[in-house]
Amino acid sequence: MTSIIQIIQSYAGMLLGALGKTLLLTLLSLVFAMIIGMIFALMNVGKNRVFNLIGTVYVDAVRGVPLIVLAYFIYFGVPAGMKLLIPEFRMSALQAGTIALAMNCGAYMAEIIRAGIESVDKGQMEASRSLGLSYGKSMRLVVLPQAIRTMIPSIINQFIITLKDTSILSVIGFPELTNMGKTIMGNTFKSLETWAVVGIMYMIVIITLSKIAKRIERRVNRAR
Amino acid sequence: MQDRKVMIHVENLKKSFGKLEVLKDMSIDISEGEVVVLLGPSGSGKSTFLRCLNQLEQASAGTIVIDDSVITDKNTDINKVRENIGMVFQHFNLFPHKTVLENIMLAPVELKKMTKEEARSKGMQLLQRVGMETKAEAYPSQLSGGQKQRVAIARALAMNPNVMLFDEPTSALDPEMVGEVLQVMKELAADGMTMIVVTHEIGFAREVADRIVFMDGGYIVEQGTPEEIISHPKEARTIDFLNKVL
Repeated sequence: MTSIIQIIQSYAGMLLGALGKTLLLTLLSLVFAMIIGMIFALMNVGKNRVFNLIGTVYVDAVRGVPLIVLAYFIYFGVPAGMKLLIPEFRMSALQAGTIALAMNCGAYMAEIIRAGIESVDKGQMEASRSLGLSYGKSMRLVVLPQAIRTMIPSIINQFIITLKDTSILSVIGFPELTNMGKTIMGNTFKSLETWAVVGIMYMIVIITLSKIAKRIERRVNRAR
Repeated sequence: MQDRKVMIHVENLKKSFGKLEVLKDMSIDISEGEVVVLLGPSGSGKSTFLRCLNQLEQASAGTIVIDDSVITDKNTDINKVRENIGMVFQHFNLFPHKTVLENIMLAPVELKKMTKEEARSKGMQLLQRVGMETKAEAYPSQLSGGQKQRVAIARALAMNPNVMLFDEPTSALDPEMVGEVLQVMKELAADGMTMIVVTHEIGFAREVADRIVFMDGGYIVEQGTPEEIISHPKEARTIDFLNKVL
């Protein structure tokens, strides 16, 4: 117990800083994942066969590769290849981490958004089109606002998964919370205490987010 | 009827879903202001025919001309044509996330036909016409089926269409609500709207239709005035169908 307090006392600043990095990485990845998810979801629900194929290939490819392999590929593999074309090409761990997480989360997000869109009755699109509204306008004004309601619980769930997945990026040396745990353990050799502290920090953040998420979900459901 | 303008011209229309041929060869002319009721057993192609008229289903072959626009031509802007064709669905398809008035205002405002204020006053006027003005701020989930359908009719009318298509507008309603929707449709017919109605309401067909078209198996079997079709049908299939529904 005393050693836990010791670790917190000596490393509080660094741990909180690392937690901040974790949250930054999560947030950046989620923003890009939403954009990627929306683009591929719209490709998948449309009638264009080529877009359908692109959407399916992307989702299958990314979901078929473990995140850690994707991270290695982007952090080590892509720069190695790019150096042949542009000698001064470099990528920071944050950039590579964001790309890997956004690609990964984007694929799942695409499936969530696609399922949300498909959960809206087909008659809604037909009614909107019959009034003369274009496909895009109908999607934006009629279908998506209804789809979002069913999507929200899954999106929040995906947010939490992504937050936890940032720990995998400790392998490419990004100084997020898990990586900080490794450093502290290396310095103190107190693995039980270190990982307990790190685990509890994740838990507090995630439980807080889940509670906020539940509240948002309730409010959305109440507003019809 | 002869000297009136032809509003809808359909020539050799065919429609298949995969291997299933639903419309085999349909040709029909419908004049401005005419009320045509499509009768026929389920699966006869009535709804598909209606949905081809505003290209919710793409015709496999044939020509459709509505109000001088060749809508089967790929170069025709189908969105523009649809502004001119109102459609009422069996399951209403009101937008549940918008109020009654917002449902009506959406298309005219988005398509820049009217300003918000114009759309609002036009919307209220239409709601008055269908007897729903007190529910302008309600959401669809708070309405009965008959009320929903009357709002759906008002929504379709908001774009000032020249043609109204009704796809079994009373089939999903409780019996006591059928009357209020048919009443609105009767008034619309009396105002001279060109209407094509798929329905099983023989009473409505007899009273309001200028012409009844009986369809079966993707063809028009016979057509004529309500008197001719309902009281003196000639074809065996028509007689058979009427015996079942009357």
